[in-house]
Amino acid sequence: MIRLEKRPNPSRLWTALTPVLAVLLTMIAGGILFAILGKDPIEAIRTIFWDPLFNEQFAAFSRPQLLVKAGPLILIAIGLSLGFRAGIWNIGAEGQYILGAVCGAAVGLAFYPSESPLIFPLMVIAGALGGWAWAMIPALLKIKFGTNEILVSLMLVYVAEKLLASMALGALRNPEGGGFPGSRNLSQHPGTANTELFPGTGMHWGVVAAFIAVIAAYVLLNRHILGYQIKLAGQAPRAARFAGVNPNLLVAVCLGLSGALAGLAGLFEVSGPAGQISIDFNSGYGFTAIIVAFLGRLHPIGILLAGLLMALTYIGGELSQFMLGIPAAAIQAFQGMLLFFLLGLDVLSNYRIRFSGFAAKGAS
Amino acid sequence: MTTLLSVDRLTKAYPGVVANDDVSFAIEPGEVHALLGENGAGKSTLVKMIYGLVRPDSGSMTLSGEAFAPSEPRAARASGVAMVFQHFSLFEALSVAENIALGMENPPKMSALSNRIAEVSQAYGLPLDPARLVGTLSAGERQRVEIIRCLLQEPKLLIMDEPTSVLTPQEVEILFATLRKLREEGTAILYISHKLEEIRALCDAATILRLGKVVASCDPREKSARELAEMMVGKVLHQTKSAGQELGDAVLSVHDLSLPPATQFGTRLANVSFEVRAGEVLGIGGVAGNGQDELLSALSGERKSADHVFLHGDAISRLGPTQRRQIGILSGPEERLGHAAAPDMSLIENALLTGSVRENLAQKGFLNWPKTRSFAERIIETFDVRTPSAQSAARSLSGGNLQKFVIGREVLQRPEVLVVNQPTWGVDAAAAAAIRQALLDLAAKGTAVVVISQDLDELMEISDTFAALNGGKLSAKVPAAGLTVDQIGLMLGGAHDMEVADSHADEALHA
Amino acid sequence: MGGIDPVVLIASLMVASTPILLAAIGELVVEKAGVLNLGVEGMMILGAICGFATAVETGSPMLGFIAAALAGAAFSMIFGVLTQYLLSNQVATGLALTLFGLGLSALIGQGYVGIKAPSTPQLDLPVLSDLPVVGPILFSHDAMLYVSILLVAGVWLFLTRTRGGLILRAVGEGHDAAHALGYKVIRIRLMAIAFGGACAGLGGAYLSLVRVPQWTEGMTAGAGWIALAIVVFASWRPWYALIGAYLFGGIVVLELNLQAAGVKVPVDLLAASPYLVTVLVLVLMSRSKSRTALNAPADLGRSFHATA
Repeated sequence: MIRLEKRPNPSRLWTALTPVLAVLLTMIAGGILFAILGKDPIEAIRTIFWDPLFNEQFAAFSRPQLLVKAGPLILIAIGLSLGFRAGIWNIGAEGQYILGAVCGAAVGLAFYPSESPLIFPLMVIAGALGGWAWAMIPALLKIKFGTNEILVSLMLVYVAEKLLASMALGALRNPEGGGFPGSRNLSQHPGTANTELFPGTGMHWGVVAAFIAVIAAYVLLNRHILGYQIKLAGQAPRAARFAGVNPNLLVAVCLGLSGALAGLAGLFEVSGPAGQISIDFNSGYGFTAIIVAFLGRLHPIGILLAGLLMALTYIGGELSQFMLGIPAAAIQAFQGMLLFFLLGLDVLSNYRIRFSGFAAKGAS
Repeated sequence: MTTLLSVDRLTKAYPGVVANDDVSFAIEPGEVHALLGENGAGKSTLVKMIYGLVRPDSGSMTLSGEAFAPSEPRAARASGVAMVFQHFSLFEALSVAENIALGMENPPKMSALSNRIAEVSQAYGLPLDPARLVGTLSAGERQRVEIIRCLLQEPKLLIMDEPTSVLTPQEVEILFATLRKLREEGTAILYISHKLEEIRALCDAATILRLGKVVASCDPREKSARELAEMMVGKVLHQTKSAGQELGDAVLSVHDLSLPPATQFGTRLANVSFEVRAGEVLGIGGVAGNGQDELLSALSGERKSADHVFLHGDAISRLGPTQRRQIGILSGPEERLGHAAAPDMSLIENALLTGSVRENLAQKGFLNWPKTRSFAERIIETFDVRTPSAQSAARSLSGGNLQKFVIGREVLQRPEVLVVNQPTWGVDAAAAAAIRQALLDLAAKGTAVVVISQDLDELMEISDTFAALNGGKLSAKVPAAGLTVDQIGLMLGGAHDMEVADSHADEALHA
Repeated sequence: MGGIDPVVLIASLMVASTPILLAAIGELVVEKAGVLNLGVEGMMILGAICGFATAVETGSPMLGFIAAALAGAAFSMIFGVLTQYLLSNQVATGLALTLFGLGLSALIGQGYVGIKAPSTPQLDLPVLSDLPVVGPILFSHDAMLYVSILLVAGVWLFLTRTRGGLILRAVGEGHDAAHALGYKVIRIRLMAIAFGGACAGLGGAYLSLVRVPQWTEGMTAGAGWIALAIVVFASWRPWYALIGAYLFGGIVVLELNLQAAGVKVPVDLLAASPYLVTVLVLVLMSRSKSRTALNAPADLGRSFHATA
């Protein structure tokens, strides 16, 4: 019989090792999945994990993409991780991401065709505020009425998508676009563009913001009393109240902060890589960031690495689609699998696995 | 007459500890057999093996002469063994009848079951309404649910784990009457306790466990409480002594405090008033679930109220826990893991939990970890907390060690007022004595101390004054010296809802 | 508004509600057992594609529904094993189930986009089905719609009138106490989770085989999440889940009818209305705490690990 036995102290070794193990198991399970689809599993795995970085033919294009994709993932996941640690579940980052993009773009387009250098900073502020405000809806409802933030934040994703469609077709539509849906292109207009800072690296302001967020979150969680309170509230809510933590304040801070970061991610995306507000502007970063947050063990440095890895699967996924005809959906399933393995292996950091009763069975 | 249950050389080991080592004893039909031992002596593990919750590593049992090795509680119940747990296995949101049905193998239809419950509860002097939700019952009434659940199965052996810890003295008398009636009917009872006077009053035989081993068997009626205690503990305990000093001015006063319950089945505090003076130890007695948690949270600042709580005459009701700590009101809640301490956090982080303000562990919100660490180490050293290091998780400590840490953390912060709830609950005797001594020392230095406890012996030992908390109401406070058990029982409101029970109990006693 | 026929409206709201009702009644049982499975959306969409594919391949909608229920139950077992045996966080694992389900269903559904499903026969009783008003509302639906109502009745009977239901509720109220009494907490919860998965699968298949009836990626569009909200709305009482689902279906149908009737309200606002209404309902329900608190299983979402 296999039994689980709680460890007196959580194992640091396993805490660090499980993500690595989860990635390996996902590669194996993913390989099986690709084999079922009739693809060569080893080639598929190589195309996803190796070729984007090291294949001479693709690396020049793919490497910069790594930062482009990882930036928003890390930015959003850092925000989410704070709430997840406190037991506050914002799963509507996708909606906050949309609202950040819409608000930021609206500010940029309002000043069109001005090219003032003040416009982009204004857009950044508007983007953060937009995401923050959207996240404050579930926060306030939770504080005031105790409404479940999981369901509310998620419902608001669908509302945000409808709003996005309405903006792309209506208020923000490019008047010179010949009736096509979508706004003016922000990334090609000097005043509103989130430009690549170093050519060929993929580094844009959103990536800079993501790095700053990683450092700030690290300091917050390890050196500041607010970070301590966040951890305490998640692990032992009653002890947190005893310690004087105001749970409502934490709800507002965690949801608000994660919303603002998601909004920023949306703004940097719409003014850079995406370029414009369109009906299908959002591509699921808000949901994938949940995987990134867990894969990174809700730890800032872990999230940084996990964001890069997840970005790699995006790029590698596109590449395998192009090279091997592996459908995009397979990559999505692949990412989901990764989360499963991680959650399943998590048990190892808090529990010891004991094999008992074998001897008895053998004897009888 | 064949022996009812015989336990032969049972051994059960857990990683790092042998809970039961070669334990043997026997129970005759109609015998009330005491299992006596300190917390951690292995009593619980032993009865769990008899009840089929735990499998022994080695050894055997026989029941009425036949081999007995229950693989699960169901099998034990089928063989005629029933158990009343210390922590009741009841469901608050379900009715009395539903709760009882869940503990039976083949329950009759609900209506028939309700009738049976009414019958049995009358016959044994334990009145219960089958339709009531268990969450609305007092601790004593909940125990009745458990007992009736067992009695409906007409067990041959009834196991009772610390049954009196949740009862008032009068309720204890009623329970004993019921148990004696059962004995007359031929039911054997395995009675687990560490309360010596009870065992001397009730039991026919006793097996004494220490550190997992049987150290003695005796007839408890022939031994003095002191002799039993020494067998149980294995050494002579030195008693803590009240300092008996002059009391200072009133420090903390509470006027007419009323507070709605915080949880669905919580207790409402009604017009609670008292004051504590510098150097005074006020003992607040009462059965758990009568407003103890609510009173602590109103004093600690976890729950705020209109102006009812005063420190040196200043209203402080609206201050939160942090601000109250700043002005010197510290507290230690009952639940160690999850309330007083975060289980998965290290002792260093747990030192920060209440120490950040008074020990200056954070500057402008930024944490001073070296200072926090040395605070934690100071607690560990001063209060002899046994732990590999300050970095160990709180959950890895034994109950007694963690409690010493939690109380020590507050004591070291030089409180003006210290409020503690069940400070020695589930703690071994040595740690309990150390904790009581720490509270007395603190009072001797001029702190006003409030000890909320359901252990009346403990309160009598350390209190200067005593008040009883019952149903959310607090009695007037009286000097503790010279109080008798009967007086305390009356202050605790006697038996809960026992009007009907009393007459039956009298009959039973005089039968 | 003259273009809206109330009889057609009611009949179609029943159809619109059934997917959510099926998923909600399953999740209700799961939550009564003390487990919070946020993977309803994922199980639904997997049921939608598995049911659709089976129906297309075999030509039998009935086999499609059976396959959907089996797929949903099997899929829910990933959640079951992770949360019950490996003690993973239920919120995170439920989310993972949804994310994985969306990806996996899209993968399976590649070859089925744009195909029409074999039609599910509708009840056609002589006389009864032809009655005015009552006929179209009560006697002219497909069999699954009646099954969904029977399921509600069955779950209600099971939870309130049977010993099995009592045990299930006890496990949700206090898993430690249930364990102490000798009940197999994990086994009971796994069965509840499988039932919830099967119901969600059926709900998904009802979408792809009856309501739409077609396969498109992400076609559940939040229906699983709304089912979760309906469970809260119902305060874990089966008949209230029916009321909640039908009210919700009414809003959806009304919204579609208003769009069709060309009412002067922005289309996107109308399209967002089901989600906004769900938020509103959640807020209203959470305001009346006492009513929900008594029915909410005390151990909802907590991991169980036997220490003894």
